[in-house]
Amino acid sequence: MSHYLLSVHGSVERDEFGNYGSKEEMDEAFAATGAFNDKLRADGYWVFAGGLSAASTATVVDGRGEAPVLTDGPYLETKEVIGGFWVIDAPDLDVALRLAAEGSKACRGKVEVRPFDGLA
Amino acid sequence: MQSETGAVERVFREEHGRLIASLVRRFGDIDIAEEAAGEALLAALEKWPESGVPPNPGGWLTTTASNRAIDRIRREKQRDAKHQAAQMVHDDTPHELTGPVEDDRLRLLFTCCHPALAPEARIALTLRLLGGLTVAEIAQAFLVPETAMAQRITRAKKKIAAAKVPYRVPEAADLPERLGGVMAVLFLVFNEGYLATGDGDPVRTELTGEAIRLTRNLHQLLPEEPEVAGLLGLMVLVEARSQTRVRNGHLVPLGEQDRTGWDRALIAEGHDLVRECLAINRPGRYQLLAAINAVHTDAPTASDTDWSQVVALYDQLTRLDPSPIVALNRAVAVAELDGPKVALTLVDRLPLTGYHAWHATRADLLRRLGQSTEAKHAYDAAITTTQNSAERAYLSRKRGELV
Repeated sequence: MSHYLLSVHGSVERDEFGNYGSKEEMDEAFAATGAFNDKLRADGYWVFAGGLSAASTATVVDGRGEAPVLTDGPYLETKEVIGGFWVIDAPDLDVALRLAAEGSKACRGKVEVRPFDGLA
Repeated sequence: MQSETGAVERVFREEHGRLIASLVRRFGDIDIAEEAAGEALLAALEKWPESGVPPNPGGWLTTTASNRAIDRIRREKQRDAKHQAAQMVHDDTPHELTGPVEDDRLRLLFTCCHPALAPEARIALTLRLLGGLTVAEIAQAFLVPETAMAQRITRAKKKIAAAKVPYRVPEAADLPERLGGVMAVLFLVFNEGYLATGDGDPVRTELTGEAIRLTRNLHQLLPEEPEVAGLLGLMVLVEARSQTRVRNGHLVPLGEQDRTGWDRALIAEGHDLVRECLAINRPGRYQLLAAINAVHTDAPTASDTDWSQVVALYDQLTRLDPSPIVALNRAVAVAELDGPKVALTLVDRLPLTGYHAWHATRADLLRRLGQSTEAKHAYDAAITTTQNSAERAYLSRKRGELV
């Protein structure tokens, strides 16, 4: 089995309904994502998952010098950011891609599938 | 000596796909398989000229390569046991039947043509691993610098290993779609050979030949898939005319080709394949294209062509694939049946202004209608948009003949 990061990409701009447009759509996406998470657990692929707060809440820390330097905001100024992710444990890429397609449909966003090089 | 070296290399090329595929299954790593295969080739070049080609050269190469791979893994294990343990996915489980067909080459073909790989990488990997072409040969065929082609192939192999692109024939439910991807790669390789881009040879027989060889393998492995039979039939019926398609660097259109120069054995094979497809009776895109080519190769002269049959087959193709390119080819057949005026009306509607064949077809229809000035403009546009030297030469000649 191999670990894959499934990251969900969405617009950096969020309103009160996140990236979803309306309350109904947001509720539907949340319900579908919850059901998808339950299925990942039941089928044994689940490792970890979570949704992230807005990119504007990020802080970049550079601890390479004597004293850490803190910068407000995300590391890269882009229009698209990671909004959330899953870490799954799957036998091969075909399974990871199939799960990513299901996750993408559930959360209504594009999903990037990237294998881990190793786990600590 | 030279000819003996050539004989070894020919056997190696013939056996390359089978050799690499069985090594990948056994050792779970494409790089190890390629290195071991390379060492087995060197050993064969040394031994065979003296001892003769062994009775089962493929078996000899596989055994030699496997022993070399095992030696290498042992050496590297001693040097860096931890790294090797992490890298090796040693598959010593017995050869289990995973689907209707059991052949390592088929697994490797599906790996090389995996939809998670970039389309150009799929073509390059297929030619490298299954076709046994060198990186330099592939780079030359696709007019890409060798270093860039090497990087493309290396990157794809790294992704296969890191992301664990599976090494297996897809399950029945996924097979039609994945098989479509494999056939698309083989057809692209064939087309690049058939109508090559760039200023080099207008026809690259090494590419058409390799595409046919791989498709023939695929047909042997999946004889029940009519689209595979159709694709093979299409390729051999087009290939049968290849000797007559270019004369003195000029493209010769179908109607003007010397039909006595067509390859009768390939035509017979193509017609047999089309009959196989008809018997299965599950028509598809490649089968219909093969059937259209069967009608053409059935006619002793161009004027004997059964154009109503050709148009009927294009009508059927349009229902499966309502693309403007199919509509353009259908219009060419309509011109023969209902005249150039009817055909031009159909062609003018199509959104293909960037496509050389659209301009070339318009030019020909306008010429036949006696509209010389407009025909000249259309020839100019076709000459600008084509990337094939023989087609450019043909179009320039036709334009020059207009008064």
